[in-house]
Amino acid sequence: MNYFPDEVIEHVFDFVVSHKDRNSISLVCKSWHKIERFSRKEVFIGNCYAINPERLIGRFPCLKSLTLKGKPHFADFNLVPHEWGGFVLPWIEALARSRVGLEELRLKRMVVTDESLELLSRSFANFKSLVLVSCEGFTTDGLASIATNCRHLRELDLQENEIDDHRGQWLNCFPDSCTTLISLNFACLKGETNVAALERLVARSPNLKSLKLNRAVPLDALARLMSCAPQLVDLGVGSYENEPDPESFAKLMTAIEKCISLRSLSGFLEVAPLCLPAFYPICQNLISLNLSYAAEIQGNHLIKLIQLCKRLQRLWILDSIGDKGLVVVADTCKELQELRVFPSDVHGEEDNIAAVTEVGLVAISAGCPKLHSILYFCKQMTNAALIAVAKNCPNFIRFRLCILEPHKPDHITSQSLDEGFGAIVQACKGLRRLSVSGLLTDQVFLYIGMYAEQLEMLSIAFAGDTDKGMLYVLNGCKKMRKLEIRDSPFGNAALLADVGRYETMRSLWMSSCEVTLGGCKRLAQNSPRLNVEIINENENNRMEQNEEDEGEKVDKLYLYRTVVGTRKDAPPYVRIL
Amino acid sequence: MDEFVNLKETELRLGLPGTDNVCEAKERVSCCNSNNKRALSSDNEKEIESSSRKTETSPPRKAQIVGWPPVRSYRKNNIQTKKNESEHEGHGIYVKVSMDGAPYLRKIDLSCYKGYSELLKALEVMFKFSVGEYFERDGYKGSDFVPTYEDKDGDWMLIGDVPWEMFICTCKRLRIMKGSEAKGLSCGV
Repeated sequence: MNYFPDEVIEHVFDFVVSHKDRNSISLVCKSWHKIERFSRKEVFIGNCYAINPERLIGRFPCLKSLTLKGKPHFADFNLVPHEWGGFVLPWIEALARSRVGLEELRLKRMVVTDESLELLSRSFANFKSLVLVSCEGFTTDGLASIATNCRHLRELDLQENEIDDHRGQWLNCFPDSCTTLISLNFACLKGETNVAALERLVARSPNLKSLKLNRAVPLDALARLMSCAPQLVDLGVGSYENEPDPESFAKLMTAIEKCISLRSLSGFLEVAPLCLPAFYPICQNLISLNLSYAAEIQGNHLIKLIQLCKRLQRLWILDSIGDKGLVVVADTCKELQELRVFPSDVHGEEDNIAAVTEVGLVAISAGCPKLHSILYFCKQMTNAALIAVAKNCPNFIRFRLCILEPHKPDHITSQSLDEGFGAIVQACKGLRRLSVSGLLTDQVFLYIGMYAEQLEMLSIAFAGDTDKGMLYVLNGCKKMRKLEIRDSPFGNAALLADVGRYETMRSLWMSSCEVTLGGCKRLAQNSPRLNVEIINENENNRMEQNEEDEGEKVDKLYLYRTVVGTRKDAPPYVRIL
Repeated sequence: MDEFVNLKETELRLGLPGTDNVCEAKERVSCCNSNNKRALSSDNEKEIESSSRKTETSPPRKAQIVGWPPVRSYRKNNIQTKKNESEHEGHGIYVKVSMDGAPYLRKIDLSCYKGYSELLKALEVMFKFSVGEYFERDGYKGSDFVPTYEDKDGDWMLIGDVPWEMFICTCKRLRIMKGSEAKGLSCGV
């Protein structure tokens, strides 16, 4: 019962920020649902096909910020073909038509065209923030529209997108009157940058806190930019190579020393390691360091830098740091919360180089008591190490271990790694995300089902023996939202055991498993609120009904819950049952 | 069928006349950035080459699996540059050459030369300068220009000090220094 007028309740709701909480309060009663609807400013949609723009706008007409995710996670690894979907244009068109006062748009794994960007830039007078992560389909022409038309732009953040660089003058398109920029990230642009235009833009942006440059911005320009913007908090260095002549280098050092607010450093897309010492003076202030693209910095240079970063909370690095380097991290970075160690040898060409091993992982777990998120690529692992890690770090929220060779056992005992991962899930009661690898039997899934009560996302590759494995997970992990499986022997029995389960999850991905067309059809039959997509790139023509072989294995299955039925924009090789 | 004999000569290719095959494979690899097809044949070519060079005691080459390791394709494509800078994998050793004062850089294939004299002659022609005479102790004399290279450790070295074979393996890029900086180096520092 409401004892307060609506305005008061609305005011209280203003303090409820998280999406989960807002979703919960909207379920309390009709009155709260209504108040919540009209006061909701930010909406997060984890799967753009779960709902459509019309219904979104219908429910939340006062929307200001929208986050949309398109393709499934495995699209990052080229497992989802081009033109599968995830187009943002219909969303922007609908929002524009309805005159929603959109101010912020955040997209991940979506297809964004120049046309969409142009429409976006013209339709929302108060548009302030555009964040694109792992998107594709647009060019610098689209960026030019944004720069030209968004008068109040504060944030343009482009992370790891595939952008066609037309070498235009998009930076020149920011009008002289644009002085509101807080964040500008164009590190992923591959072409030339108009450095002069950039310098002028930075000079007239006193609120600029985050600046991430691309490869084309050379050392001397960096020094000038940093001199203009000593208030920077977050810097992505572009090209850092070339012969540092003493004068430029000295200028850079002076500029860096003045950036006392700098807390986050990234980029180093091309590096001359000899230039790194210029950054030593501010290392003690850094809480975030991303050197994961700096393939040319060798371990010893990395170590020298990291030794100075005593306040580091987040570190993304390449495995060239070695176990030795990780021991240094463990000794130095006592505040470390998140660590990602990426493989420098992504194509598996250098078999003989063991970059990081279980030794480094154990050292980190022992030395960094606040560690809660880890992504670790390595060539070998042992159960003993994982058991030690579990004991040292029971606070993991995210634990992603990728042993580069599929099916690789414990390299000392030659056993499966079931016990090691079992120890992790048993100790880490708050674990929300897990990726497993190496040689694994159904047993590890029994452990996961038994212990991983908070698990929301699980990635499985080349693991398990029978359907039981998948069943353990589906039966046990009640909070599972995203399950993605590849190259594992799970089939129809597991898929069909509890069809209703999938409506409690966002999505399920299974590729190169044992599920058949017949199984998928049966699944789809009684599930109007699920879209069951069969992705079969090898077939250009739709299969005739009477030629179908129900026993045929499905190459890629992607199913997700939705309230709006079958989507209309699927390409011919995607069949929605 | 005489009319078909010389077809190859008239075929449009990328690459210098007289060279064969190579560039096509590279072009294909560079075009596959956002390509979702299974491992291209150029990947297989690399695979076959490296496996034939391995000794018998090393483990069998694992097949290229699509989407493995699970690294974002953006990241995979951008880490590449390390290898592209000095390709030693049999398709020519291309390194950048810069000259102080020149408006743009060039690239040369070190594997085309048999030794230092050939290399230096080629550089002299390319950049229209003269390199002077090399002395083991004193470096290059008789010219304002000094040929240097960056090695794997990131250090700038005088060209000519180490055996040619070692040079090809450790050289990442060349720079023809000029003026006072060059003088410092050439005086046997």
